[in-house]
Amino acid sequence: MIKVMSVVPSVESTPDPRELFVIYNRADRIFRRIVTSGALTSLILLGLIGTFLFVRSAQIFNDRGLKFITGSNWTAGSGDGVIPDDFSIGPMLTGTILVSVIALIIAMPLAIGGALYIEFYAASRLRKLLSTMLDLAAAIPSLIFGLWGVVLFTSFGERWSILLNSRFGWVPFIKVQAEVFGRSPFVAGCVLASLITPIITSVSREVFSRTPRDLIDTCYALGSTRWGAIKTVVLPFGRSGVIGGAMLGLGRALGETVAVYLLLNIVFRYNFRILESEGGNIASLIALKFGEATEYELKALVAAGFVLFLLTLVVNMFAATIVEKSTRRK
Amino acid sequence: MSTVVIEPQSQSLAPQPTMPWKPTRKTQFSGIFSVVVVAIVSLAIVLLTGLAGIDGFGLTFLAVFLGVTVARTARQNPKVRKDSMVGVAICAAAVLAFFPWMSIFLSVILKGARGLQPNFLIENMQLTTPDDELNMGGAAHAIIGSMMMVVIAAVITLPLGILSGVYLTEIRGRLTFLVRFVVQSMSGVPSIVAGLFIYTTFVNFTNSFSGMAGSLALAVLMLPTVARTAEEVMKLVPDDLRSASYALGARQWRTSLMVVLPTVRSGLTTAAILGIARVIGETAPLLLTSLSNNSYVFNPMGGPIGSLPTYIFGLLQIGTENSINRAWTGSLVLMILVLVLFLTARYFGGKDKR
Amino acid sequence: METIKKGETKVMQGSQTSVATMSASQTTATAVRGLETKNVHAWFGKHHVLSDVSLQFPERTVTGLIGPSGCGKSTFIRLLNRMHEFIPSAAMAGQVLQDGQDIYSPDVDAAAIRLKVGMVFQKPNPFPAMNIRENVLSGIKLAHLKVADHDSIVENCLTRAGLWKEVKDRLTATGGSLSGGQQQRLCIARSLAVEPSVLLMDEPCSALDPGSTLRIEETIKELAEKIAVVIVTHNMQQAARVSDFCAFFLTDGGPGYLVEADATKKLFTNPTDTRTADYVQGKFG
Ligand SMILES: Nc1ncnc2c1ncn2[C@@H]1O[C@H](COP(=O)(O)OP(=O)(O)O)[C@@H](O)[C@H]1O
Ligand SMILES: [Mg+2]
Repeated sequence: MIKVMSVVPSVESTPDPRELFVIYNRADRIFRRIVTSGALTSLILLGLIGTFLFVRSAQIFNDRGLKFITGSNWTAGSGDGVIPDDFSIGPMLTGTILVSVIALIIAMPLAIGGALYIEFYAASRLRKLLSTMLDLAAAIPSLIFGLWGVVLFTSFGERWSILLNSRFGWVPFIKVQAEVFGRSPFVAGCVLASLITPIITSVSREVFSRTPRDLIDTCYALGSTRWGAIKTVVLPFGRSGVIGGAMLGLGRALGETVAVYLLLNIVFRYNFRILESEGGNIASLIALKFGEATEYELKALVAAGFVLFLLTLVVNMFAATIVEKSTRRK
Repeated sequence: MSTVVIEPQSQSLAPQPTMPWKPTRKTQFSGIFSVVVVAIVSLAIVLLTGLAGIDGFGLTFLAVFLGVTVARTARQNPKVRKDSMVGVAICAAAVLAFFPWMSIFLSVILKGARGLQPNFLIENMQLTTPDDELNMGGAAHAIIGSMMMVVIAAVITLPLGILSGVYLTEIRGRLTFLVRFVVQSMSGVPSIVAGLFIYTTFVNFTNSFSGMAGSLALAVLMLPTVARTAEEVMKLVPDDLRSASYALGARQWRTSLMVVLPTVRSGLTTAAILGIARVIGETAPLLLTSLSNNSYVFNPMGGPIGSLPTYIFGLLQIGTENSINRAWTGSLVLMILVLVLFLTARYFGGKDKR
Repeated sequence: METIKKGETKVMQGSQTSVATMSASQTTATAVRGLETKNVHAWFGKHHVLSDVSLQFPERTVTGLIGPSGCGKSTFIRLLNRMHEFIPSAAMAGQVLQDGQDIYSPDVDAAAIRLKVGMVFQKPNPFPAMNIRENVLSGIKLAHLKVADHDSIVENCLTRAGLWKEVKDRLTATGGSLSGGQQQRLCIARSLAVEPSVLLMDEPCSALDPGSTLRIEETIKELAEKIAVVIVTHNMQQAARVSDFCAFFLTDGGPGYLVEADATKKLFTNPTDTRTADYVQGKFG
């Protein structure tokens, strides 16, 4: 006789879901272990970079404490103790931030304009060409930007500086003391701006192109102009992606070495007048002093590198979080 | 009459496709004409007033153009006027954004071509000073050194990058998010910090600057690019393929190694090439690890070694006419290398997509 | 009054009149209030996707466009408010007349046409960065229309879209917090705010559940008391329920064409063409 199974659901409660097990055999386990350890190298490497830089420079942080950050001198001692070593990165740290912020302020509107142009204004054939060239431009080595800056851009930069100084000289941070205009944070900032513009443009274009087409169509169906559609749909949609791209650009500008080295008069003094022919950043300090550094000075340079590492790491983690978030929702 | 008669139209009456929304010849012509007029007016203004140079011209052009746009749309709906003006602003921003790199492409080609003679590619600088004429000496040692270092860096990085990719797409373990996050953040480590790291470790331990040290520094910078590209191409492998393999009773390691990886072989080549393109122009880390050299070095552990970036950097610091010209030529070679790498990456990148 | 009007405009003009005989005077003489297409063709690049469609969409009617997928219904409906031209390779021929004026003539402002001829899309798509109220008013803002009383517009449009009662207490919630059917009605309200005289709907219910679908159908019927509605649908019952007239499109692999257009009742009970009969009975498609 056939036993009829109960069709009445059990009254007590719905059952807990069963736990499902995946059993990997030995080969699989070995494979997974190898792959996992391979993937962890980047993690370990990042840890190692931080650790080694810190360990090698611990003496400096120990000797000088907070003064390493806030002080304003970089003087190698005479060795016999007559002139003491005095290493601190204050002016270079502020210089790093100053130059990068100038670059970012210049680059942002250009990058957003460029990205909007490629996505929404250029004819389709031009769009393909431009976006390919843009990817290539983002890969131009910064050294070549430096060369271009030194040989070709500086004369423009100087002329703009003179103009700015004569018209806006009353603004505190634009006024200059000496009438020398080359190799200033402004000029270096302009070249850094052209260096990071392709990167920010590329990221922005990418997020703009992900705007759902039917939202844009809806704007047009409501009688909107192109700009109306961009303002209503594209910019809000792409905002976090653009911010992420800006952060990436900022990170790049903060850590830039050769372009700044070639374009800025590296002087150890706090300088916030953007047209003054003096400044510097941490990376160019390292490149400048590395060659003839004493052993103790080398440690100070490593310490400077550690500070730069932390600075860019924070900016980049921020950027990574934003970019990850904005590209995940599709 | 409520019927519909469908009669195919005769051939002679077959309608032609039209695009009535496109600007007509006439409006197109008048557009070009007005741009030319604006350009001439701006040129006149530039010549008559003190403004000078291409920047002065550009500024004047923009101002005049905006003025014309305002005048032309004065009687239009405010929304149309705003749209036209924003359009002009966006085009101007785009021109400014593209100007630097277009100028770089152009000047590298124009200024670099002069020195691109056979000797540049087959001689070194052992017996030549940077000041000598361009038909003497060359960058062969630097090109060889650069190649050697990036190839070693790629050999180190590629397996690690692939493993990262496999972890992120196949194993998808607990650390997936962390690994991806670290790879992202690591791509922003300043190149000089990578150089400093290798200096404090490898250079200090081996007690010498070397090509190997340079390669390691480049590898640190290359890893994030390779890992990310590898992940990206492996994500493109459809899950059906994996399911099909599992449904045949295959284990995970066989599925990954024999089904997934082979389908993305060219994609992984792309990953390696993009990684190389990313680091081949890096200067800062090499200044701290491989230094530079004027003659051939073929041994990665054989002390300081020349490379294209440090070669160009050194010439720039000398700053005489001939040395700067050499630097342009070096940059041209570097750009050509990057371009070739890019095109190859594109070629391989297009291959996997069926 | 309404029935008479419908009776008069029951004529769904076929393409019997050849292009040559359609003189300009005739065009203006027969100018109708509402939307009308004359011998419309569409291309994507070299690909001819729609051939020779002539239809009228009189005021205060609902016209259903039916036919298997790929026969050019979406292409056709996008031609009616100049959305077609956003596809780079798109081209067209023929005329689309709005109150007797050719909307494709060079001196016509496309944005102004789109204000007159609104559109609702397949997937509900309220603007994500805006709340419900802002969504309804978005068209007014986008088109820079001067309107005195925003509140009454919001209430009026949401009421006409059949959504007012459900959302009147949470006008500042985001559009995304509504259900799919509510979102679609919000999109309808958004289109109504700029007071179009024609509303185009491309499969507006295909992403919705049956309950929401019925609500939208009620909304459509109410809208048709004031404006013309053109709706593409794959659902025969829906076409039968909501539309006054129906047009059946088909493709034999080549360009899509109009097989038959007539009063819905006639088309569903006594079609002239056997293919129409087969299609409405669900034999293919
Ligand atoms: N953007 C486009 N580019 C090229 N061809 C298209 C495009 N959109 C639609 N088509 C083609 O036009 C024809 C009609 O499509 P469509 O109007 O979407 O049909 P329906 O809406 O009736 O399903 C199809 O053959 C389709 O392949
Ligand atoms: Mg469709």
